Amino acid sequence: MPKNTMQKITFILNNENIFADVKPNSTLLDFIRKKERLTGTKEVCKEGDCGACSVLIGELENGIVRYKNVTSCIYPIANAEGKHVVTIEGLNQNSLNKIQEFYVGENAAQCGFCTPGFIVSTAEYFLNNNERNVEKVYDSISGNICRCTGYGSIKRAAEKLVADVPEAPEDYGERLKFLIEKKIIPEYFLSIKDKLQNILQTKKIDADGAKGKTIVAGGTDLFVQRADEMLNEEGYFVKNFAKKFISEENGSVILSGATTFEDFFNSEIIKTAIPNIHKAFKLIASQAVRNSATLAGNIVNASPIGDMTIILLALNAKLILKGKREREIALKDFYLDYKKVDKANDEIIEKIIFEKPGRGFRFNFEKVSKRTHLDIASVNTAFAAFADDGIIRSATLSAGGIAPIPKVLEEATEFLSGKEINNALLNEVVEIANSVISPISDVRGSADYKRLLLGQLIKAHFIELFSDRLNVGEAI
Amino acid sequence: MKNADVINHVKGTSLFIDDFPAPEGVLHIAVFDSKIACGKITKLNYDKVLSVPGVAAVITAKDIPGENQIGNIVSDETILADGEVEYIGEPIAIVAADTVENAKAAANLIEIEFDELPAVTDPREAYEKGNLIAPPQTFSDGDVEKGFAESDVVIDGRVDIGGQEHLYLETQGAMAVPSEDGKIKIYSSTQSPTAVQRAAAKVLGVPMHKIETDVLRLGGGFGGKEDQATPWAVMTALVSRLTGKPAKLILSRQDDLRMTGKRHPYSADYKIGLSRDGEILAYEATYYQNAGACADLSTAILERTLFHATNSYFIPNVKTTGISCKTNLPPNTAFRGFGGPQGMFVMETAIYKAAEKLGVPAYEIQKKNLLKENDSLYYGQKAERVQAERCWNEAAEEFNLQEKFAAVKEFNEKNNLRKKGVALMPICFGISFTSSFLNQASALVHVYTDGSVGVSTAAVEMGQGVNEKIRSVVSQTFSISQEKVKMETTNTTRVANTSPTAASSGADLNGNAALLACNNILNRLKKFAAESLKEDDPAKVEIKNEKIFYDGKETGMNWESFINDAYFNRINLASHAFYATPEVYFDRTINKGRPFAYHVYGTAIITAEVDILRGVCEIESVDVVHDFGKSINRQVDLGQVEGAVVQGIGWLTMEELVQNDEGKLLSNSLSTYKIPDIFSAPKEMNVKFLEDSENPFGPLNSKAIGEPPFMYGIGAYFAIMNAMKEYNPNADKEIRAPLTHERVLMSLKNLK
Ligand code: FES
Ligand code: FES
Repeated sequence: MPKNTMQKITFILNNENIFADVKPNSTLLDFIRKKERLTGTKEVCKEGDCGACSVLIGELENGIVRYKNVTSCIYPIANAEGKHVVTIEGLNQNSLNKIQEFYVGENAAQCGFCTPGFIVSTAEYFLNNNERNVEKVYDSISGNICRCTGYGSIKRAAEKLVADVPEAPEDYGERLKFLIEKKIIPEYFLSIKDKLQNILQTKKIDADGAKGKTIVAGGTDLFVQRADEMLNEEGYFVKNFAKKFISEENGSVILSGATTFEDFFNSEIIKTAIPNIHKAFKLIASQAVRNSATLAGNIVNASPIGDMTIILLALNAKLILKGKREREIALKDFYLDYKKVDKANDEIIEKIIFEKPGRGFRFNFEKVSKRTHLDIASVNTAFAAFADDGIIRSATLSAGGIAPIPKVLEEATEFLSGKEINNALLNEVVEIANSVISPISDVRGSADYKRLLLGQLIKAHFIELFSDRLNVGEAI
Repeated sequence: MKNADVINHVKGTSLFIDDFPAPEGVLHIAVFDSKIACGKITKLNYDKVLSVPGVAAVITAKDIPGENQIGNIVSDETILADGEVEYIGEPIAIVAADTVENAKAAANLIEIEFDELPAVTDPREAYEKGNLIAPPQTFSDGDVEKGFAESDVVIDGRVDIGGQEHLYLETQGAMAVPSEDGKIKIYSSTQSPTAVQRAAAKVLGVPMHKIETDVLRLGGGFGGKEDQATPWAVMTALVSRLTGKPAKLILSRQDDLRMTGKRHPYSADYKIGLSRDGEILAYEATYYQNAGACADLSTAILERTLFHATNSYFIPNVKTTGISCKTNLPPNTAFRGFGGPQGMFVMETAIYKAAEKLGVPAYEIQKKNLLKENDSLYYGQKAERVQAERCWNEAAEEFNLQEKFAAVKEFNEKNNLRKKGVALMPICFGISFTSSFLNQASALVHVYTDGSVGVSTAAVEMGQGVNEKIRSVVSQTFSISQEKVKMETTNTTRVANTSPTAASSGADLNGNAALLACNNILNRLKKFAAESLKEDDPAKVEIKNEKIFYDGKETGMNWESFINDAYFNRINLASHAFYATPEVYFDRTINKGRPFAYHVYGTAIITAEVDILRGVCEIESVDVVHDFGKSINRQVDLGQVEGAVVQGIGWLTMEELVQNDEGKLLSNSLSTYKIPDIFSAPKEMNVKFLEDSENPFGPLNSKAIGEPPFMYGIGAYFAIMNAMKEYNPNADKEIRAPLTHERVLMSLKNLK
């Protein structure tokens, strides 16, 4: 018999306070649809891949409620504790809101099953952008799939919306008022801050720690892999206890394990430390998933193709694990075998640290998948190098999809140091990389393809970073 | 004009089956399916299941009160496997319990053993083994041998085309609610309410009048719910009948992907003969259709492949043979285009390869052979009101084809890392069910005493906008505001013997039926108006914008009060009407006839860009001139074109169904089966409506829209090919779809 794992939870759903007993590892989507019978939020894939279940999550940070969109089908309900959850019903007003009006105007819905998700994600754009830029709307709806429209009418609605709604105040609090005035969000949003403050005062802390429990962070991988099994398990919900931070100390960049992908990419510290990192951003998951998924989660799930892991490997990152004691381990040594990591059950990845690179540093991330966006890589790879005068001083090359674990290609890495950049070097490094990998054929591609692809992507690193030193035409 | 459905969609208030409040005591169903692709069941034991709390019933083949048969065209499909299984995902037993979780957990306790037999998943292998769904079918015209002998160039080759998952966002589902006297009402997400009713009656062993099917709307269908919504609906009825309780079944995405059929993969051989100057003189093709384990609609689909084998071209000597091969996969089924896309893809490949051989661009051959007025199509129908050349020429002019070619040429000369390619894709698609008897529809129109109108037809709304179009037809015919017209659910007790909403014909057939019903009422109203005005000529009565005119002069009467008056004067304010498409027939003893009421034409110009280094491709632009007839609703029609094009491109690029040799689907989730997202849709799409196209067969002169534009997607394949060949002229050795990133890179490097 499963043990009784019911837990009390308090949060705000649209304009209502929720006090409920829930299985903490059940999903927010099931709660919304089945318990609350708010059926505008749809279930399509249950794995974060379509956005039909999109909701907004408002979180009180420094006196301001900030909203982001998430996919509720893989969002553990326990993570909603103390937050404001907004479904399509919570965006409805007496008459059509501004976003809805433009979707209707362009007939930007056919069967309608995807539509509420698109409306919710579009609302996220307005909440988090004061400037008007249609590309940013597309980022917000990047995780929303529509099978009917071909996106034409949705793009037209977005373009017209952006042209219609003026720029908003930069200040988040002022922006909420502005958005209410423009009929984008309903008025009750203004009362949420006080309500959340009241809830948070009574919030309790789980004193027992992680022992014997499934450690759940964003849940974006766990709930795809084993949602049914987890239903009756107790969880340790990292996000409710761990602080999120990205800081710089003594020449190092320090990230909390609970840092979400989106926080990572939006961080000024990261943007200055890693040139070109914004290029990786669009290739990784969707905004809704990036809003939930954490770095520690990506690392610990040990997927051989974890995108963030591949990036951090190239940066020679270290992990600080916290269990009974605290210990440090290089990320590349963390992986033992397929889905096996050097971590005790109750250990948590508390911090991820890498040295802030200095002058002459170049970075590039490459990924090819069946679909360029919101897809899992066939092969991904990151390259970090210090170079001057056409000579590589030191470099790290990491790759995923080519071995049971995400990997630093050490032989290639060592070989490169001190070498002059030219086409011959490129061919040699591809050859070395090829000799140390062991891809398998699966649904993401044949072994031969992955082999070929890694070589091409290594070439891409060099062409992106050092095209002036290469004969590009010959290199491809 | 605001689309009533869309207003509910954006608010999230549109209801789909899983959103309906479930009646008290509803049972949830879990389907226990085969884990092997071929074999005999040697043991099936569910003792343990019955002791699970919450479980109300376990049902296997032996519990079926009526016939264990749901085959539509051919009676070869059981609802629950009886003794043997033929594909992974084939339903064997169903478990009904108080919650979904309990039903699933209980189904996991079923013990089963098999005598496993080797599975066949390749259609050519099935053909060699003699595993066919039906005898091969051949269409021919002229004399191909003579044609080839007279040709200056003859080439042949092979094409392999992948299938496609429908990926309607709403998974298959249904709910059955028992009523008195053994009657059951089934709420189903089906394109074929009557097919559900008929199959449920058969399986339950009751007359059809005991089963009522009701359809509010579908969260996407695309053909995937034409025949394959039936089993799940019947299962709910079965549980309801055996337990006396309401029952509900919503497939999880993974169950849906595993258990339901898809667009048919094809393998084909072709041979084409041309004169030196590019005139196609003869064409021969053999299609090996991968039908899956049962017939489903495969034979009809294959037949449409034959009908569309020559696409938009006139070819004097043609011979095509279709072979429906039985394999150990879920039964493949209808999907937008219904076999047409596969037929056209093979034709376009033949032209592409012939162009290579002749050393001319493919578009020259395409253009030269376009259909002209009164050309005879090889199945005997004369092409009338042909718009092929008009669409082609207008596309070339409107979208500056020559400049496009020049720009692409210049780009390719300047760039090593990226290459571009352009391809044109003309289409000609026949409208009507090729099973002529299906070309019938009924409508029931009620005018209520306050002047509001309720309309029931056989059409099912699944996002294609049929409701909005019929609403327009009704409001225009009565000349009342669209807000006054409400579309009712599709219900077999209001409109009986419905043809499936399929073959792009929903708006044509049902719009025409609604039009007839409105006219019936209108005629009575006119007569009544003339009488009340003490005038003698009803023909002089006119209703305009809800006002009543006589002989062009306002009478002071308005729609609402006039209707109320009519009611008190005992005028019949309801009408049922029936429409059957005139003139369509097809004689299968000679495979000649006039199977289509008319054809839809158009031309697309597609530009693709390939990243040579990474083997990644993008569709830069799709420019279309399309023949809509007189569009009833331009927004709806535009949306249909855009959606179809993107679906077509998805089919031939990223959407790859992967099975292992044992017949197990590996691309079994949205993380492994990828459909186009907003970034992979064409960067630019322009659709121009061809002006002055008349169509007497369509309501208000409109033309059907659902399927034809899907086939513009075929141009994407060849545009990408053209870009690839700029880097490697031999990249097109193998014509195999979909052209995934993997296949692009491997072909660029001449690897398999
Ligand atoms: S249901 Fe698809 S992302 Fe949640
Ligand atoms: S409107 Fe049907 S999936 Fe988007």
